[in-house]
Amino acid sequence: MSAFHLKVLIMHNTSNSYSSAMAGPETGRISISSSPEGIKPLLEVKNLKVYFPVHGGLLRRIRGYVHAVDDVSFNVSSGSTVGLVGESGSGKTTIGRCLVRLIRPTAGSIRYLGVETGSLSKKTFFPYRKKIQMIFQDPFNSLNPRMSVEQILGEPLSIHFPQMNIEQRRDRAAGLLRQVGLDPDHLRRYPHQFSGGQRQRIGIARALAVEPEFIICDEPVSALDVSVQATIINLLQDLQEELGLTYLFIAHDLAIVEHISNYVLVMNQGKIVEQASAEDIYRSPQHPYTIKLLEAVPRL
Amino acid sequence: MLAFIIRRILSAVPLLFGISVLVFILMAVAPGDFLDVARSQEDIPAEYIERMEQEFALGEPWHTRYFIWVGNVVQGNLGESWIYRVPVTELLWQRIPATLVLSALSILFALCLAIPLGVLAAIYKDSIFDRISSMFAYAALSIPEFFLALLAVMFAAQTGLFPTGGLSSVEHEFMSFWGRMADYAHHLVLPTIVLGMGSVASYMRIMRANFLDYVRSDFVTTARAKGVPEGRIMFLHVLRNAINPLVSGSGFILATLLSGSILVENVMNYPGLGQLIFEALMRQDEFVVVAAVLMGCVMLMLGNLIADLLLAWSDPRIRLEKN
Repeated sequence: MSAFHLKVLIMHNTSNSYSSAMAGPETGRISISSSPEGIKPLLEVKNLKVYFPVHGGLLRRIRGYVHAVDDVSFNVSSGSTVGLVGESGSGKTTIGRCLVRLIRPTAGSIRYLGVETGSLSKKTFFPYRKKIQMIFQDPFNSLNPRMSVEQILGEPLSIHFPQMNIEQRRDRAAGLLRQVGLDPDHLRRYPHQFSGGQRQRIGIARALAVEPEFIICDEPVSALDVSVQATIINLLQDLQEELGLTYLFIAHDLAIVEHISNYVLVMNQGKIVEQASAEDIYRSPQHPYTIKLLEAVPRL
Repeated sequence: MLAFIIRRILSAVPLLFGISVLVFILMAVAPGDFLDVARSQEDIPAEYIERMEQEFALGEPWHTRYFIWVGNVVQGNLGESWIYRVPVTELLWQRIPATLVLSALSILFALCLAIPLGVLAAIYKDSIFDRISSMFAYAALSIPEFFLALLAVMFAAQTGLFPTGGLSSVEHEFMSFWGRMADYAHHLVLPTIVLGMGSVASYMRIMRANFLDYVRSDFVTTARAKGVPEGRIMFLHVLRNAINPLVSGSGFILATLLSGSILVENVMNYPGLGQLIFEALMRQDEFVVVAAVLMGCVMLMLGNLIADLLLAWSDPRIRLEKN
């Protein structure tokens, strides 16, 4: 994909947010699953299965398996936002963790820019840890309380940019804070000195530190106040526009997902029950589970 | 910081007075007094006992004696031991270092053993090692200290590897400086192990549980996802957080060690504060009991203070000035 094309796509995506999605059929839709115009998707997940063994009995033998993720396939094209919705325990987070190899898939393939990452060794997967980052739900649990902001932002740098010295790392950390709308003077502060929204911004800055291409946002706003949710979502969208990021946006709230995503995957009990563009999901949901989820969205 | 320390020390003063009142009341309520032993011996003349009663003011009610004692304490005089006929301060100075060294070593022993064991048990959760270590922990927790002390004395007597009691050998005075230190260390091995064993077990369980809590936290997941080496994750992200309760708990552990030392010191014949308190209590040597109990409290409060300071030093979330 040419740089120009990518830019256009990004511009298109970011403008294609809530208002345009509401506007009606004339808003452009990007069919991500089928990768139109020969665009190679950034991420291809095929027939992904993750089964967790269930132990039981006196000898704690394996009694059966929980099908956390059951035969899931989807694509994410570069510069887009794919929303992954479902209730708690539907396997959303497991998929996210599989992508960064925190969990080994039982079967299936994960291809990142055409490279099968599922079969890579720990060492050969390492460069991908720079390209794929995560943002977590709980801003109080996702930052180490013992580390200052400078240390939190400096750690990924020291791992993936070992040539940087302390001064350079500090400058970069200050720049990151500015980028997420925080005061660079706060480098010496500790996580407990920030509010929930500010902490989530630090989490975003930490993810951005290593110049990633793809960010897995695991319910990044679910723990925040509604007013703060909006500012974080806006920040994520601005950053996407600025840096050409690709998001996999995991949430249980369809309203937020629909607002930020181009394409939505609806998950239930480890399976994807419906996938379509955000407008299609919103306008004409097909699967009864999606309809139920939509009905659960509070309206004014 | 300094203001915090001073405030803590000042707040201890009323507490110490309260404890001293309590000790006086308890001693008064307990049947008999120090001279009962003398009274039971027919060859001691009644005039002598009467003279002693007057000297010790045993005829007076407890509150009168208490105020006499407070008056003396304010002047820096803790009174005299009725058994030994020496100033109480002198007795305390002989005993406190022994107990302090024993308690400090026990805590150190407990921490040095419990932290690595707890961490290993957490990392290798549900493994054979985890199960054996938890079995050991429950065993160590359920064996009473005095019984362990008896076993240790028996072990020492049977094998001859360690002295069966005391602080130093008979020939201690004739040794070189390092020889004397080695002699002290040799005498401290068994009491330290006996006194520290219970704490090893409880510390280990706390360590394991905390470690597991933090291993599951999101910042550890993030670090893993970023490719931070596992060793660095365990030490920097998990251990530094999981160790907090042990630091703050060490003040509390000191308290249990001090009370435990009363039993252990007696069984193992270790000349510390615990033995002194026990002996003085049995003989109703009033001033010694009060002073020794107060010293125990002071040590406990200092232990808590040190634990708080350590915690503030190690945990950025705790700022003492705001308290």
